[in-house]
Amino acid sequence: MQQIINFLVRNKSFLLFLLLFSLSLFFTIQSHTYHKSKFINSANFLTGGIYESVNGIGQYFNLKEENQKLLEENNRLKSVLFNEKNELKADFTLDSTLGNQYELTAAQVYKNSYSATNNYLTINKGKRDSIHEDLGVITSKGIIGIVDNTSSKYARVMSVLNTNSRINAQLKKTDHFGTLRWNGVSPKIIQLTDIQGLAKVTVGDTVTTSGNSTIFPKGIPVGEVVSFKLVETEDVYTINILLFNDMTNIGHVYIIENKDAKEIKTLNDPNE
Amino acid sequence: MNNVVTTNIVRFIVLVLAQALVLNNINFLGYINPYIYILFIILFPVKNNRMLFIFLSFLLGLCVDLFLDSGGVHAAACVTLAYIRPLVLKFSFGMIYEHQTIKFNNTELGQRLSYFAILIFIHHLLLFSLETFNTSKILLILTKTIFSGIFTLLLCLLITVLFSQKRK
Repeated sequence: MQQIINFLVRNKSFLLFLLLFSLSLFFTIQSHTYHKSKFINSANFLTGGIYESVNGIGQYFNLKEENQKLLEENNRLKSVLFNEKNELKADFTLDSTLGNQYELTAAQVYKNSYSATNNYLTINKGKRDSIHEDLGVITSKGIIGIVDNTSSKYARVMSVLNTNSRINAQLKKTDHFGTLRWNGVSPKIIQLTDIQGLAKVTVGDTVTTSGNSTIFPKGIPVGEVVSFKLVETEDVYTINILLFNDMTNIGHVYIIENKDAKEIKTLNDPNE
Repeated sequence: MNNVVTTNIVRFIVLVLAQALVLNNINFLGYINPYIYILFIILFPVKNNRMLFIFLSFLLGLCVDLFLDSGGVHAAACVTLAYIRPLVLKFSFGMIYEHQTIKFNNTELGQRLSYFAILIFIHHLLLFSLETFNTSKILLILTKTIFSGIFTLLLCLLITVLFSQKRK
């Protein structure tokens, strides 16, 4: 017994090191598992609050650009609205609570990173704005990522520039779908994998979300094909996609909630 | 003694905030960021309570992790750094370390450079390998380590020169 205690006392700093090191390894491994990184994230009141106060100063610098983006988006939406007015179906909005499958919430980005291999954004909407996990996040130009952690005031978004991120997407022209991943190299280029070898891919094709999952509605733009490669052994394409969004410069985003998500999930889940 | 404690507390807070709010937004050439918060570990007094030192380093790493959403990557790298620091000190400074009388401002540039460089590269290598967590991307890890390491080293040397208390 004496010797055990002696051993502990002699090696106390090594043991402390081992303990803390394994603790941080535990956090690290958790952060590499989807939906497991609960403890260490920036969507808490302390870091969120600090980011908020700094963002209060920083956001003035981007006002001009943000205004330009809003103007473009307004312009696009207005043109859609005016052109559709004449042929709008009369029974389309009988009941606004039934008609809206998707509900959008606007939010502001407090923190954005794109140089790490697992990137996250912190936004200023949380549980009290009824934001929860697994909601899609987009801008007017295209997709950003998926909400993966929330506190009462803030939420953390797993960016598409995250090696753990898997999002369903398709070629707009041919409806062949695959999985969006990121190889960690360039913040402008992401990869669309598992596209059937039968599909005809050409450089410049648009890629959109596929609507196969309950997170994103169909047809949200992702990017355009810049190059592609056929993996001979598996007969699938790996396609490099240039994102429409400039991920290095994101100000305002929209969070999409699919009101039918729960229903669709229960339908697809055989255990319930 | 009290003075040393206050200095280190202030240094801790300032370095974490600077790292999270300023330095991580540099993204020079797309991916090169300096990680100068390890200056806290590098410049921590040599005469110390080792347990406390290791624990403080862990806390430092965890704070940075909180801000950067990186799991426990920084914490792991910092704890390791704190644990192996005595070895590096002995290697770089030799005799002066034996007598525990190192003042970082008074040491020779060559010695200081080797001390900084060794610690920084160990930290960065561990940081990026844990962050990437994929052995097939070893090339990416190495390029990130080398470029960020050089950036960090330059900044650290600059900062220690600028903020050294003894001006001769």
